Amino acid sequence: MTIKEKQDELIDTFSLFDEWTDKYEHIIQMGKDLPLIDARYKTDDRLIRGCQSRVWLHADWKDGKLYFTADSDAVITKGLVSMVVDVLSGQTPAAIAAADIYFIDAIGLRNHLSLTRSNGLLSMLKQIKAYALAYQAKEKQ
Amino acid sequence: MTGSDLHTALSPLDIEKIRLDFPILQTRVHGKPLVYFDNAATTQKPIEVIACLDKYYTEYNSNVHRGVHYLSQRATEAYELSRKKLAAYIHASHDHELIFTKGTTNAINLVSNSFGRAFLTAGDEVMISAMEHHSNIVPWQLICEEKGASLKVVPINDKGELDMEAFDQLLTPKVKIVAITYVSNSLGTVNPISTIVQKAHAFGIPVLVDGAQAVQHMPINVQVLDIDFLAFSAHKMYGPTGIGVLYGKEKWLNQMPPFEGGGDMIKTVTFSKTTFNELPFKFEAGTPDISGAIALGAAVDYINGIGIENIAQAEEQLVGYAYERLAAIDGLRFIGEAAHRAGAISFLVKDIHPYDMGELLDQQGIAVRTGHHCTQPLMDLFGIPGTVRASFAFYNTMAEVDQLVAGIEKAAKMLA
Ligand SMILES: Cc1ncc(COP(=O)(O)O)c(C=O)c1O
Repeated sequence: MTIKEKQDELIDTFSLFDEWTDKYEHIIQMGKDLPLIDARYKTDDRLIRGCQSRVWLHADWKDGKLYFTADSDAVITKGLVSMVVDVLSGQTPAAIAAADIYFIDAIGLRNHLSLTRSNGLLSMLKQIKAYALAYQAKEKQ
Repeated sequence: MTGSDLHTALSPLDIEKIRLDFPILQTRVHGKPLVYFDNAATTQKPIEVIACLDKYYTEYNSNVHRGVHYLSQRATEAYELSRKKLAAYIHASHDHELIFTKGTTNAINLVSNSFGRAFLTAGDEVMISAMEHHSNIVPWQLICEEKGASLKVVPINDKGELDMEAFDQLLTPKVKIVAITYVSNSLGTVNPISTIVQKAHAFGIPVLVDGAQAVQHMPINVQVLDIDFLAFSAHKMYGPTGIGVLYGKEKWLNQMPPFEGGGDMIKTVTFSKTTFNELPFKFEAGTPDISGAIALGAAVDYINGIGIENIAQAEEQLVGYAYERLAAIDGLRFIGEAAHRAGAISFLVKDIHPYDMGELLDQQGIAVRTGHHCTQPLMDLFGIPGTVRASFAFYNTMAEVDQLVAGIEKAAKMLA
């Protein structure tokens, strides 16, 4: 599936929820499906600092594609991270670098991208793009 | 127990009426009625304060202390009247001991810079406590570094109370100033300011009190307490943002050099020498936040209309009720269990991240603060990244506390 198809699928799923509780329960559930970062990578240089919750992110490079593993100390952040990883993992650096991430806004979690939330999601997206650009540059060499 | 069982100076009916004075309390958040428990961050504003700002700009906006014209005189009078109201509110002996600042942070920086320049030298010490807000830590670190002085930190016990034995040991003639918070913004602890001042004064050491979390909750008499400096913010006492107060005893303020230079703070200026204006203007360089200062006066009027004693009593009952109800929540532990407390209650539930709890409470229309509350060293002491903090004002109700408790239980279930 493309990044766009993955996002549209998420948006479809979330459109079924009327209650905020269902929505959040699903986010929390998705957190449980997050491919966890190997403990040995859970180091400070892979830590994405938000003011409150923390996110660790690691990228693996296989057959021209990027695969992400991650973790967070907050359950809701972990769910959000899981969604982002689900959308972007297994894609090419070029596709990731060019991706327009619109699902967060579309499922009504836009506040998580605002500066006040400081949960590291915004920094995480930036970090993923940075990885993608770095591997893109590497590929060209 | 419900609100109606209680006999307070402010009845539940009074509180219902009071709530109508605060338009924002009618707001709905995510489709639910707002429950605002982030009063330690900033309080909401009564219509009187909002109207005062509006009136200033529509009727007499003008610069102060400068013009001979009608509007300028009217603005100056209102600005100075506000200073008088504040002086009366904290029982200062002179109006000119009150300096308008941008807020608590700015007031503390004024003292750390100006007092520090005049009185600190290498080898001296500044005493603070382990529960200070960053704004009563960092300004002192900066001046200590500049002067070769060092910072002494009074530790706290497990309950979040000052260790007064350690205080006694650290208090030596090397200490040039003690800077301590009256009420902790993250633990709710009320510190024994009167004792602290007496002990410090026995060595001739002045005391700066961070009153940011105190002035809105309890009567304060700076003369009885014999406080040398008191810093506080308007926005935490029902006034606007951007304005605050430094109270300083005349004898100290007169010995301190100006903090900032500019208009209003001078007597005469030549390129070779400038002579400074007298108090309080010496410390009010440039055009001040005129509307803010006047509206802070309106906030003081509002508080006086209800009575700070009544507010203190109503809040004591509310906080007591909240403490009791929260204590019964499965797996909840308090961070800060001081015997004498006001304003805020910090807690954690099981191993739930404060951020997750805050988010799910927000979805239920309940505003709390999560995180380190600008007291990172304190959180490190407790070995936690942060807390969930519910902080109260007299316009909050027991029913809202019940909603908070239900909200926490619901969130805890979802996060289990
Ligand atoms: C105890 C304490 N001191 C200082 C401050 C800083 O106040 P302001 O940001 O208004 O300058 C606060 C506000 O959070 C506080 O709670």
